[in-house]
Amino acid sequence: MKRVYVNEEWCLGCHLCEFNCAFANSGESDMVKALKGKPIRPRIRVEGDDRITYAVSCRHCLDPLCIRSCISGALHKEDGVVCIDREKCVGCLTCVLVCPYGAVQPGPDGAAMKCELCLKNACGEPACAAGCPNRAIVYEEREEGQA
Amino acid sequence: MKKYLIIGGSIAGVSCVEGIRSRDKEGEITLVTSEPFSNYGRPLISYYLEGKTDVKRMSWRGEDFYERNRVDVRHAVTAEKLEPEAKRVLLSTGEALPYDALCLCLGSHPFSPRFEGVETVENRFFFTTLSDALALEKTVTKTSRVLVVGAGFIGLKCAEGLRDRAGSVTVCDLAEHAMSANLDADCAPILEKHLEANGLRLMLGDTVERFEGQTAHMKSGQTVGFDVLVIAIGTRPNVSLLAEAGGGVNKGILVGEGMETSLPGIWAAGDCTESMDVSAGATGLLAVLPNASLQGFCAGVNMAGGSERFDKGIKMNSIGFFGLHIMSAGTYTEPVYTELTDTGCKKLFAKDGVLTGFILLGDTARAGIYTSLIRERTPLETIDFEAVKKEPSLLPFGQDYRAKKLGGAV
Ligand SMILES: Cc1cc2nc3c(=O)[nH]c(=O)nc-3n(C[C@H](O)[C@H](O)[C@H](O)COP(=O)(O)OP(=O)(O)OC[C@H]3O[C@@H](n4cnc5c(N)ncnc54)[C@H](O)[C@@H]3O)c2cc1C
Ligand code: SF4
Ligand code: SF4
Repeated sequence: MKRVYVNEEWCLGCHLCEFNCAFANSGESDMVKALKGKPIRPRIRVEGDDRITYAVSCRHCLDPLCIRSCISGALHKEDGVVCIDREKCVGCLTCVLVCPYGAVQPGPDGAAMKCELCLKNACGEPACAAGCPNRAIVYEEREEGQA
Repeated sequence: MKKYLIIGGSIAGVSCVEGIRSRDKEGEITLVTSEPFSNYGRPLISYYLEGKTDVKRMSWRGEDFYERNRVDVRHAVTAEKLEPEAKRVLLSTGEALPYDALCLCLGSHPFSPRFEGVETVENRFFFTTLSDALALEKTVTKTSRVLVVGAGFIGLKCAEGLRDRAGSVTVCDLAEHAMSANLDADCAPILEKHLEANGLRLMLGDTVERFEGQTAHMKSGQTVGFDVLVIAIGTRPNVSLLAEAGGGVNKGILVGEGMETSLPGIWAAGDCTESMDVSAGATGLLAVLPNASLQGFCAGVNMAGGSERFDKGIKMNSIGFFGLHIMSAGTYTEPVYTELTDTGCKKLFAKDGVLTGFILLGDTARAGIYTSLIRERTPLETIDFEAVKKEPSLLPFGQDYRAKKLGGAV
């Protein structure tokens, strides 16, 4: 399946992916209206220091610990994509406790939030990759186990 | 065609079905479970009382799970006797079910010491099943005074769930601190203050000596009047089915890394087992939902001829009370990092060059990075541990690690 892959050597640390993610998942059609003056809640996070930067989002693991661990069954796979039913989620954050990459976080309503590859929002494909100016984030098919 | 039999239809049992079906789409699976309900997330029973979920949404893998996986499921039926030589299990219905591969996913039962006079208490409950929650829902009214005995996470979750339904909720525990199995004396007071600020009455270092109708006489000499009693002192693994058949048990059913018991053709998974805790280097009860699920899946794969290992088991728990999140994991060996404020805390523990445990209250962001360090027993000298201590991120793991994890399918 297609996943979001990150090449940190090409990352500029511009944080554009975070804004594009927050916008894509805001349900708004106007970026200024969606983001201006509000704390943004992206599902991708740019980490690093003054030398290295890179973006982290859900890896859509082959055998996801988060799905095994979710106490409500809210986390599940749809055609390989790890999705969350936020109506079922009770906000216990067991998924945060187990995700080895720090890729889940609580949303404003307490329920957990994670990357779902923008397949269900208006963007239709990962907004982070689509908007990355340097192709440090790509959305593509790679063989399992191939870096 | 292979005959699979699973006893217990909760997290471990359902995950066992998933494990079997990941390799064997044809075999006949029968699942027998005492509870009348289809699979549900057991920890959700307090969220149910709180009104944060309902019975429909509580279904863990969906109402149609057994149908989708072609499982012959028997609800409200109990397995009463195991005959390993004949390879069959006798049920409360009188039926005898034969098996080729059997998995015991029996969970645990609430434990209570004998309190003098407890039989004089009319409204008395445990808090481990959906039936318990439904019964409490019926009994507790806006004027009820609720007494919860036990300030572990189950007792406190029950108290949280009942706060808005009841007149008052008091929680007592012989231990000096709330959640004493998960928190230490530095972190627990932060939780206690938060619980009291949210309307719970705590009586710590004190417990009931005897009951007299609706009065609890405490060790301290105080008396507590109540209308509804919840006993949440602890749980014990259900081991008797296997023990009586001659299988190896200690506190829990003894299992190897493949979740096999000491008897051929019999596996066990979940809260009924005792297994290796890699953070302690010893076996223990790892009774939390993620482990039940991982173990059940592992057992299922192996029952179907695979070679899955459950070899990274640790205790780990994430729980919240009135908006305060608490996470704990592993074994509390030597403290190597402490951050304490009025509203939160963070403690890391390490030994022999690996992280063995942590406690987080308040800020729990990306805690899974710590959990992963414990489970994987990552040598701390291979990462920039000083940086990880302060803030969990992937930066201290180095570029090769990130290239593998962020640039490949994992
Ligand atoms: C109130 C509460 C809150 C919790 N909160 C959390 C939490 O936040 N996070 C977390 O990780 N864990 C939590 N837990 C623990 C978690 O629920 C358990 O670890 C998990 O349910 C274990 O799953 P299991 O399948 O091993 O056993 P169980 O869920 O106990 O299920 C065992 C099943 O087997 C059936 N059974 C037993 N004996 C027989 C028999 N002889 N014949 C037929 N059927 C039988 C039982 O009826 C039951 O349905 C909580 C538990 C409780 C009670
Ligand atoms: S949330 Fe974490 S554990 Fe779950 S699939 Fe994504 S990366 Fe894997
Ligand atoms: S926070 Fe929600 S998605 Fe995460 S484990 Fe808890 S119930 Fe599942």
